[in-house]
Amino acid sequence: MIQGLSIYHFLVVSTLMFFIGIAGFIIRQNLITILLSVELILNSVAINFLVFNRFLYPDQLQGHFFSLFIIGIAAAEASVAIALIINIYRRIHNINADNVNEMKF
Amino acid sequence: MTGFQTVLLLRHELLLILAAVGIIIFDLLLPPEKKTRIIHSSTILFGAVFLLSLIPVESGELFGGSFQENRLTGFMKDILNLAVFIIFLQSGGYLRKKENAHKMGEYFALIIFTLTGMDFMISSGDFLTFFIGLETASIPVAGLVAYDQFKSRSAEAGVKLILLSALSSGVLLFGISMIYGATGSIYFTDIAPGISASPLVILGFIFFVSGMGFKISLVPFHLWTADVYEGAPVNVTAYLSVVSKGAAVFIFAIILFTVFKNIIQVWENVLYALAVLTMTIGNLFAIRQDNIKRFLAFSSIAQAGFILLGIMGTGSLGMTTIVYFLLIYVFTNLAAFGVAAAIYEASGVETISGYKGLYATNPRLSLVMMLALFSLAGIPPVAGFFGKFFLFTSAGSQGYFILILIAVANATVSLYYYLLVVKAMFIDKNDQPVSHFKSPLTMRISLLICSLGIFFVGFASGIFEYIMSLSGMLF
Repeated sequence: MIQGLSIYHFLVVSTLMFFIGIAGFIIRQNLITILLSVELILNSVAINFLVFNRFLYPDQLQGHFFSLFIIGIAAAEASVAIALIINIYRRIHNINADNVNEMKF
Repeated sequence: MTGFQTVLLLRHELLLILAAVGIIIFDLLLPPEKKTRIIHSSTILFGAVFLLSLIPVESGELFGGSFQENRLTGFMKDILNLAVFIIFLQSGGYLRKKENAHKMGEYFALIIFTLTGMDFMISSGDFLTFFIGLETASIPVAGLVAYDQFKSRSAEAGVKLILLSALSSGVLLFGISMIYGATGSIYFTDIAPGISASPLVILGFIFFVSGMGFKISLVPFHLWTADVYEGAPVNVTAYLSVVSKGAAVFIFAIILFTVFKNIIQVWENVLYALAVLTMTIGNLFAIRQDNIKRFLAFSSIAQAGFILLGIMGTGSLGMTTIVYFLLIYVFTNLAAFGVAAAIYEASGVETISGYKGLYATNPRLSLVMMLALFSLAGIPPVAGFFGKFFLFTSAGSQGYFILILIAVANATVSLYYYLLVVKAMFIDKNDQPVSHFKSPLTMRISLLICSLGIFFVGFASGIFEYIMSLSGMLF
């Protein structure tokens, strides 16, 4: 434990990260930046798991393992997403979300 | 537990992994001019997998409770296997196209890998296995959706699916992390007693439902559905709408009934609102569609709303009606998508207005389509009626009569737009209808299986009683 830091400090940071990610997902135009926002969300969840494990249930490791798997799966997700974004780039020569709107309603 | 019993409990997953790896190796060994052999051999191999995994096995758990197999989950996996087998039968014509010549093996391998993920998800005994299964089931699907590499719509659908499904996984995980924080465990059996209606648990539960609602395409989270379904190749759309959705519904029901059974008064209100919204908005948007894939997308959203009625019933009756409805839904929806795929491959038509006068040129396809649409709408002699009837019974057993009234009104609205398609095929005149064509043998076999299923699953009451006995052992 770090002196002077309680579970609330960590949870505030992770919750802020989560909602910054959601806001970025909605506001940003560039597909890569949208992907970054998603990564921010997944990392906030990883922090959540670690903090809950460290502060509330320090004799177990379930949260630690969960966050390791989250990091691994986030990497897999990012690689597939980037492959598909490259595919979009080859079709329309930019990766602006406003131009990826052939289908609507 | 001996080694062989372990293998038997994991039979679905092991056989599927073996089949997928086998297909990849076989694909590598085939010389380029003989690549089309992969279609028949994969379909036959998968049929063998399907038959082998039908062996009934008693329940058991593996990996310290992370993997739980019982007769009911085995039956769910058999339903998904059957659906994938029918989809493989239907996709021969699409894969034979010239531009797919170099990537036929991938199609089968990816579908089987995602199916493995779904099987692990259904059998999961903790949130970690559940999450890994969910991601295994959803990441490769984005690749399948973007399978038509040179069509911009397919690429667009793929990128929309992967980004939105990553977002929904994030939201789902945020909910799981809160439930972990409140209960101190990720194992379903350890969580269940610790769940109470505390603010942290309820907040986590809301995030959890949002994430799952995305996978099942419930209404506030449904916006990806129509775009992805329209952009994807027809067979992949069929896979998304039947298998992906079915697996997500199964595990959603299992988690609600086992993990969250202590806060039933919370989730029933949530599901009530979601069911009303999903049925109504799905139906209203379906009316204005002309593209057949978008039309079936909104119809499948509306059907998801009806499935929620079954979940409202809780316990063994709720579980039985859901499994039974999804069994019927497999035949019904795959018949509709099969006809859409056959017509698209033969003529490139995928709009409802393009179906005008279809009965004059392709009477048998029109009849199968009509059967499927009647079953989706729930008209008595066909199976869809019995599926819906039992879903309503399930909700009625808990006294949700106003909800059933709304659902019946919605079923009537849905009849309107399903009949619009039937009217286009049978009554409307057209100077240049889709010309007569003969679809491949496998496609005809798959449509025959679907039609027989639509006719007989409703009357074979033994099936319902069998599922009832399976779920009765659990709840």
